[in-house]
Amino acid sequence: MQTIFNLLVQGVLIGGLYALFALGLSLSLGVMRFVNLAHGDFIVLASFAVMAAASPLGWSPFLVGLILTPAAFGVGYLLQRYLLQRTVGKGILPILLVTFGLSIIIQNGLLETFGPNTRKLSGGAIEIAAARLGFIDIGYYPLAVFLVAVGLIAGLEFVLYRTAVGARIRAVADDPAAADLIGLTSARIYPIAMGIIAVTMMISATCMSVWTNFDPSIGPSRLLAAFEAVVLGGLGSLWGTLVGGILIGVAQNFGSQIDASWQVLAQHLVFLVALVLRPNGLFAKG
Amino acid sequence: MSVAPLLDVRGFSVFYDHFQAVHEVDVTVAAGEIVSIIGANGAGKSSFLKALVRQAGRSTGTASFEGLDLSRYSTPEIVKLGVGLVPEGRKLFSSLTVRENLWLGWELGRQGAITLDTVYEWFPVLSERRNQRARELSGGQQQMVALGRALLTNPKLLLCDEISLGLAPRVVNELYAIIPAARDRGLGIIVVEQDISKSLSVADRFYCFLEGEVSLTGRPRDVNRESIMQHYFGS
Repeated sequence: MQTIFNLLVQGVLIGGLYALFALGLSLSLGVMRFVNLAHGDFIVLASFAVMAAASPLGWSPFLVGLILTPAAFGVGYLLQRYLLQRTVGKGILPILLVTFGLSIIIQNGLLETFGPNTRKLSGGAIEIAAARLGFIDIGYYPLAVFLVAVGLIAGLEFVLYRTAVGARIRAVADDPAAADLIGLTSARIYPIAMGIIAVTMMISATCMSVWTNFDPSIGPSRLLAAFEAVVLGGLGSLWGTLVGGILIGVAQNFGSQIDASWQVLAQHLVFLVALVLRPNGLFAKG
Repeated sequence: MSVAPLLDVRGFSVFYDHFQAVHEVDVTVAAGEIVSIIGANGAGKSSFLKALVRQAGRSTGTASFEGLDLSRYSTPEIVKLGVGLVPEGRKLFSSLTVRENLWLGWELGRQGAITLDTVYEWFPVLSERRNQRARELSGGQQQMVALGRALLTNPKLLLCDEISLGLAPRVVNELYAIIPAARDRGLGIIVVEQDISKSLSVADRFYCFLEGEVSLTGRPRDVNRESIMQHYFGS
């Protein structure tokens, strides 16, 4: 019983990391209504950026991640403004092709620059620090990442549903043509939304680079986990994405108890079962 | 001395590829005037309105709003110049609440005398339902939001495209009660309608479109119904 409870708690905490991976995708899929196939690769790119800046300076990756966050907003803004915006209103295929191309460029660019080796950054003492609550060990770092995920979701919900820019983003996502009719230009709003998404990617990348290994080719598997978290939680629901991430984390933890190979298989099985039972996800918003 | 019209459209034609939907029409609207454009289905009246705001087709001729050539501006820019649109099909942001839909009109518009409270006063049901999503409203209530949102941009010229389409007579009456109230605030208004009697009941002047051309124009009180019907159906 203790083992089961421990697995459950650890799974929930890992779910925070998966939710962080998935938040940007949840925004682009659920709010902006487009698929970014390079989502996982952008997170890996951001992890390498943190590593490239932190290692020579000897700075904490968390500090570097914090410093790079405004730059991430700028990169996301410019990417949308000058590249992705050209695909808006032209159907699903152009955005898929462009982001697929970006995925290949990022993977190969990272491979050329940093080589194929697996990397991991050191977060210092917090990585191994833990508190014992009864029979459960709770790592400070997993707990901190989970709280970052919760805080980020709360912040995004506030921006989207309580601010002027959030209302504009949702309006343009709802109907870009109707937005034109009230003087709202989608070309000015989408880049802001992409900038926000890039901020979530940078935060996610910083947390991931300390938690687990990364290499230039791991983006697509990150994308898959993010997709599953978003679909499980329901399109458009950021809190749903957190629940989706938790379900994936818990499934992986229990699967790994059967066999190491069952870790990912259990994740996919839970996703498929949930998809059959609730095709629109747990907390889908229209 | 004659005052320059708010909207002055001359020799205006609208094309969809090789098909010509509107043939060199002249239309003027003054500030504080309601102009009705009536015509049967396919007469070109909605094409005319959409082309004016660069939402459909290719146009030739001139469309001048306060002396500015509208062909030089995009739709959002035209809205910012002071042209409010109530589009056919309402085009609300369905996942946003009533209040958010209305508020966007205010926030993106010219922020003048028509406020959120004004719209709630005109349509009290919208105040009661302000926290509901637009898609949860009835068709009539959605049309009220569309009209309210356009009015909240505080336009100088309001363009209404088929606002009575598919609505119950009682709701149509509620919507049409607001048109003269808006005119009395100095707005120039174009009402495009198939419903002749409702449209002409509020109009100061009208244009009847037939197969993309103006078949009749004048003041409603100066033209008998028989003549209007003849020019409406072309027989």
